[in-house]
Amino acid sequence: MGVTGTSAAPTLRPAAEPGRARPAVEIAHLRKTYGPLVAVDDVSFSVAEGEIFGVLGPNGAGKTTTVECAIGLRQADAGSIRLLGLDPRTDRDRIREIVGVQLQASAMPARLRVGEILDMYRSFYRDPADVGELTKALGLAGKRGAYYKSLSGGQKQRLSVALALIGRPKIAVLDEMTTGLDPAARRDAWDLIAGIRDRGVTILLVTHFMEEAERLCDRVALIDGGRVVALDSPAGLAARSSGGKTVRFLPSAPFDERLLAGLPEVNRVDREGRHVLVTGTGELVNAVILTLHAAGVTARDVQLDSSNLEDAFVRLTGKQPADNTEGALS
Amino acid sequence: MNSLTMASARSLALPAKGRRAAFGQIVLNEARLSWRRPIGLIGGVALPLLLLIIFGLIPAFKQAPAAFGGETVFDAYVPILAAFGLAMLGMLGLPLPLVSYRELGVLRRLSTTPVPPSWVLAAQGVVQALIAVATVVVIFAVSTAAFGAPAPKSPAGLVLSVAVSMAGLFAIGLLIAAVAKTSTAANVIGRLTFFPLMFFAGLWLPRAEMPSVLLDISNYTPLGAAVQAMQSSMQTGFPPAAPLLVLVAYAVVFCSLARRLFAWE
Repeated sequence: MGVTGTSAAPTLRPAAEPGRARPAVEIAHLRKTYGPLVAVDDVSFSVAEGEIFGVLGPNGAGKTTTVECAIGLRQADAGSIRLLGLDPRTDRDRIREIVGVQLQASAMPARLRVGEILDMYRSFYRDPADVGELTKALGLAGKRGAYYKSLSGGQKQRLSVALALIGRPKIAVLDEMTTGLDPAARRDAWDLIAGIRDRGVTILLVTHFMEEAERLCDRVALIDGGRVVALDSPAGLAARSSGGKTVRFLPSAPFDERLLAGLPEVNRVDREGRHVLVTGTGELVNAVILTLHAAGVTARDVQLDSSNLEDAFVRLTGKQPADNTEGALS
Repeated sequence: MNSLTMASARSLALPAKGRRAAFGQIVLNEARLSWRRPIGLIGGVALPLLLLIIFGLIPAFKQAPAAFGGETVFDAYVPILAAFGLAMLGMLGLPLPLVSYRELGVLRRLSTTPVPPSWVLAAQGVVQALIAVATVVVIFAVSTAAFGAPAPKSPAGLVLSVAVSMAGLFAIGLLIAAVAKTSTAANVIGRLTFFPLMFFAGLWLPRAEMPSVLLDISNYTPLGAAVQAMQSSMQTGFPPAAPLLVLVAYAVVFCSLARRLFAWE
């Protein structure tokens, strides 16, 4: 997927200027240690209302700890956290009402039925969502009478998301919600998240799937070693951190490489067997082909590679995103 | 119960009516679960009732040995089997679901909602207590109606004895739930505690036949004290203070330990 991957829904992207409105989530210099282990070193970011914000990073980067501190499940050692102006340390009761949470690895008793679980969680909130509507939206309408243990992995995940949404939260925190889902179920989950946001819910999405972040997130914070190493839109991050684009072609005749290296769009020129690799920015392809044409050379077998979020991830963290192949759409 | 005070320690934005409805929903689901996975019902209700019926049909149990102070062997077993049911429910029925909820992440999940996870603990206590009351009622009713056991001399004393017995045994169950890391561990601890305590309750050797050293020990064990209190309510009248105080002490000490040690995740 290229740089243009996230431009599919440009109208949905809210202005991400902090300070314009009260941010939904505001985290400043968060720090959390477990004994000698520094889980979160220094994390700061701010999420606008109605935004889908991705918290991205390799395993053990501190993503989950960051959101668990944000929702008050863990006590931060230092730093400040505000959710719609509320401090999880002092206003945790209020936060529990306005924040819906989907946790990693949390199950339900095997012998409760889906409807019984939903009815119970529904009773915890003052103005809950309609169970019928919610189960329909999540594709669980026919499963209300089913025991939890009989659900597939995807259905359990969707129930977990349903429980996160049943209190009509203003902020939904979803931690690795598509992990363990097959590609089709994952796509459904993405549509669902986009739908939730369209209802005005701010979404904090913890993920290690690059494609998920590219598809869904307005902005992402890339966390590594307990620190934010980059904060941008997925496309911006990809473009900013990469060397730009690469054009790969087979020249019809030998030519002087300096011809291309001298162009303003070109950063570097490499040989790869008989192929030539030109790395650069802007209207790179046009510039290369026109220059070669003027020199009487034709570029054959032209390939253009745009770097994506995954390249940015690798470049910024030096690590491969986990089970990346699993995230590929088949 | 201790768990109830824990539950109400946090202010909740739900109005009182909503709070009751939410707690009712949790109790309802806990009740459904104990019905659908009836380990507690089998061990805590069916098993002691079955033993009661078998003992009632053994002719030798209709004799009244001199050491038993006028009551038959069967009569002596009635409070022992009541204690059996209470111990099963308190020491296995109560902690096992709680430990599995912690393992599954149910308690952690709940702590992100407006309802505190201690409510599940309280709901489980309510459900097990209701089953325990039913067990005791059925055992005493069957023993008098079907097998001619005499009516209790002090019904009020019996109710009080059952209440403090439940408090003491449920507190032990809560401590097991607090310290056991896995369901398997809770099961093992529960059983390893249950059988020696049942010995001191007199399941294999009724208290009337115990040598004085064993009887002295039995008086200070929770099940020994429970049987002593229930037996005197049935046979002589209002129970002496000693067994009641022993049980109250167990309830207070184990509850406060459980409260201190309970891990919610």
